[in-house]
Amino acid sequence: MELIQQLVNGISLGSIYALIALGYTMVYGIVKLINFAHGDVFMVGSFVGFYSITVLHLPFIVSLILSMAVCAVFGVLIERIAYKPLRNATRIAALITAIGVSLLIEYGFIYVRGAQPEAYPGDVLPEHAIHIFGAKINSQSLLILGVSVALMIILQFIVHKTKIGKAMRAVSFDAEAARLMGINVDRTISATFAIGSALAGAAGVAFGVYYIKIEPLMGVIPGLKAFVAAVLGGIGIIPGAMVGGLLLGVIESLVSAFGYSLWRDGAAFIVLILILIFLPSGLFGKYKREKV
Amino acid sequence: MEKDKPLLKVENVGIRFGGLRAVSDVNIELYPGEMAGLIGPNGAGKTTFFNMLTGVYVPTEGQIVLNGKKLNNLPPYKITRNGISRTFQNIRLFGELSVIDNVKVAYHSQAKHTLFSSILRLPPHFAGEHEMEERATEFLKIFSLDRFKNEKAKNLPYGQQRRLEIARALAANPKLLLLDEPAAGMNPHETRELMNLIAFIRERFDLTVLLIEHDMPLVMGVCERIFVLDHGQLIAEGTPAEIKNNPKVIEAYLGEEVS
Amino acid sequence: MAIFKQAKFFWASIVVSLVLFAVVQFLITGGMLNLFYVNTLVFIAINIILAVSLHLIIGITGQFSIGHAGFLAVGAYASGIITMKLELPFVTALIIGGLVAALAGFIIGFPSLRLKGDYLAIATLGFGEIVRILFLNLDYVGGASGMQVNHLTTWPWVFGCMLVAILVIVNFTNSTHGRACISIREDETAADAMGINTTYYKVTAFVIGAFFAGVAGGLYAHNFYIIQPSNFGFLKSFDILIFVVLGGLGSLSGSVISAILLTVISTFLQDYPETRMIIYSLVLIVVMLYRPQGLMGTKEITSVFSRGQKLKGGKKDGKGQTVA
Repeated sequence: MELIQQLVNGISLGSIYALIALGYTMVYGIVKLINFAHGDVFMVGSFVGFYSITVLHLPFIVSLILSMAVCAVFGVLIERIAYKPLRNATRIAALITAIGVSLLIEYGFIYVRGAQPEAYPGDVLPEHAIHIFGAKINSQSLLILGVSVALMIILQFIVHKTKIGKAMRAVSFDAEAARLMGINVDRTISATFAIGSALAGAAGVAFGVYYIKIEPLMGVIPGLKAFVAAVLGGIGIIPGAMVGGLLLGVIESLVSAFGYSLWRDGAAFIVLILILIFLPSGLFGKYKREKV
Repeated sequence: MEKDKPLLKVENVGIRFGGLRAVSDVNIELYPGEMAGLIGPNGAGKTTFFNMLTGVYVPTEGQIVLNGKKLNNLPPYKITRNGISRTFQNIRLFGELSVIDNVKVAYHSQAKHTLFSSILRLPPHFAGEHEMEERATEFLKIFSLDRFKNEKAKNLPYGQQRRLEIARALAANPKLLLLDEPAAGMNPHETRELMNLIAFIRERFDLTVLLIEHDMPLVMGVCERIFVLDHGQLIAEGTPAEIKNNPKVIEAYLGEEVS
Repeated sequence: MAIFKQAKFFWASIVVSLVLFAVVQFLITGGMLNLFYVNTLVFIAINIILAVSLHLIIGITGQFSIGHAGFLAVGAYASGIITMKLELPFVTALIIGGLVAALAGFIIGFPSLRLKGDYLAIATLGFGEIVRILFLNLDYVGGASGMQVNHLTTWPWVFGCMLVAILVIVNFTNSTHGRACISIREDETAADAMGINTTYYKVTAFVIGAFFAGVAGGLYAHNFYIIQPSNFGFLKSFDILIFVVLGGLGSLSGSVISAILLTVISTFLQDYPETRMIIYSLVLIVVMLYRPQGLMGTKEITSVFSRGQKLKGGKKDGKGQTVA
């Protein structure tokens, strides 16, 4: 029964990874940049949710939306200020800038408010648990899963049924051709950052509700792992990020379940290296060869 | 080298990318000292074919034999060491390296001094580096590039970059030289100079040359034999005169222009 | 005559550095340098070793590795085990530390150097994290609470190791082998087409870089009384990366200069770690936006002073013979 319980935990954790991974994968798909700062957007989202629940006394769902909105703006700002000037720079320059932005957000945040952790109040959601096959599924797990699934459905709708979604797909396929066809590439990229960051914000709030404790460096490890999830599913592929996130969450929980909980953080990176070596395009990716 | 035995034998070579058959069932034989051209409409698979010859792509069918040695499945650097060297459609020099260092890189596989002797600065290192320097300087003189020898390659004018790329490919000591659109982006004057250069190097280095080119006068002017690829298949081969009047070739080119 | 010039330059730089060493050593033994300054000098030397070792991998060979602290950790723990558990002399510990790190470099480099750009970066980052987590889980070396290590690192040791590291990397760079590595950085496909065994040279650069990072690890460990896995996290890798990037990718003297500058700055900001990180990250972003080639680009300090000499790898000239 322990195993089923761990599976349930893994799916909850995995859906948080999946939400963050979506932002990574969308941004990578469109500007070929590993947005290291994405994990910090997740952190900011978590804090926005915390303050809006505890200070502004807003209900959960409003806090969630507020956090998503703030993160969307934040993500667009990061893109406009730091990444846009680098669009034609080398990949290495872009990657280093992204690392720099990430550290700036983390330590700027600590500088402004201090490094002390906060705790989400326990009564954000009514305590309610369902028992299935001996595993306890509490309301937080259900919430995380519910929010994630809902957002992923909305995302699929945006990407496949709206004009901006079509533009996003066009730009990720060939930015230059998209520009020639009259698509506003800059706006499309901004929209991608906005959507990805909003999802990270939602993940931040869900994380806070589920794990209670939040702190300014909380985004580093989940951010990296979400990136692993994106690579696992095939970077640039939206359903891949979802599957990759869930899979990674489950893998980690199983590692814990088999008594190697200290190795939990290592599991993600071992998965990463194995995937990169044996299946570099991920589970759903297509292999692209370099043009000579 | 026996003149009647083919230097390069390409047998039923083809490659698939996923479901797409980019090149299929190509048979080509090149004889020592021959100057041959490979032409065809855009997207016919010419560069893909070069990439298979040089090991960048591994053919999914058929085999490539140079001087009796089977080359497919060898990595590109081993193929180069076996005697096939190339230039690229979009010039690929080592931009931050000087002109002479670009040539020295091609000499690297012939270097005798080891990593160990270089790190410890043992006599073989100095001897080896000195010899490379001398050889490369002499070599650059042949191409009239010696006056640029300490310039960064990326700072050379376009025409000189093409020239350097050919020189670098030759420094790797090939038996077969593959030129991928050497005249691309050149003006008529530069193209004429290039034709002279190609004719000269073939004589001087006793080479077999296969070149891809869109500039028809150039191909017809320098090549003795021409192969025509269309949709990944070899549709014709023959002398320039034969190719000019081959109805299949005319159709392939016209077909491209009409549609 | 070119070779004569080279040799002159080589011996001149050796003499200058030995004088520098002697002066500092004299000040230390004479008690004129207090512990704070001595420690800063030791840190500078260790950071220079780390900077030039990563410079070989990123700046010369163009392989974007951001898990260098992993090799530092391997060297630190391996050498700590040698001195503390096996009670062998310090010099053995440094060499073994370097060799074990080099082995780790080979094991991780051989499969992952097939990856390019971003993917390699992420794989090396993952490797660094795995190493950290590995030591966190090894009770033999104290797990999270760390491992006791004697203080053995002294100025002569760090200076000697630094000199060897610089010499080896400069000599490597300014030879046909170094040119092979630079050609991979410039254009891997073309390097391959010119007969360069790209895998061999990528792995070689990685292994040499890892070796010196391991030696630096040995010096680093024995400069403290305790080493902990948390000393070797991603931030440490980032510290090393910034030396190389700020100095100029491809410039050895650039990475040495920025290692010195940044070590001094961070020593003064020791008590304000957040401020330090904010300054570091801002510097990094601003440099990438306005001077992505770094302070020195691919130039060397020697080529700034001496006209007509074209250098790519360092103090000593292996190919700049311009006598025409």
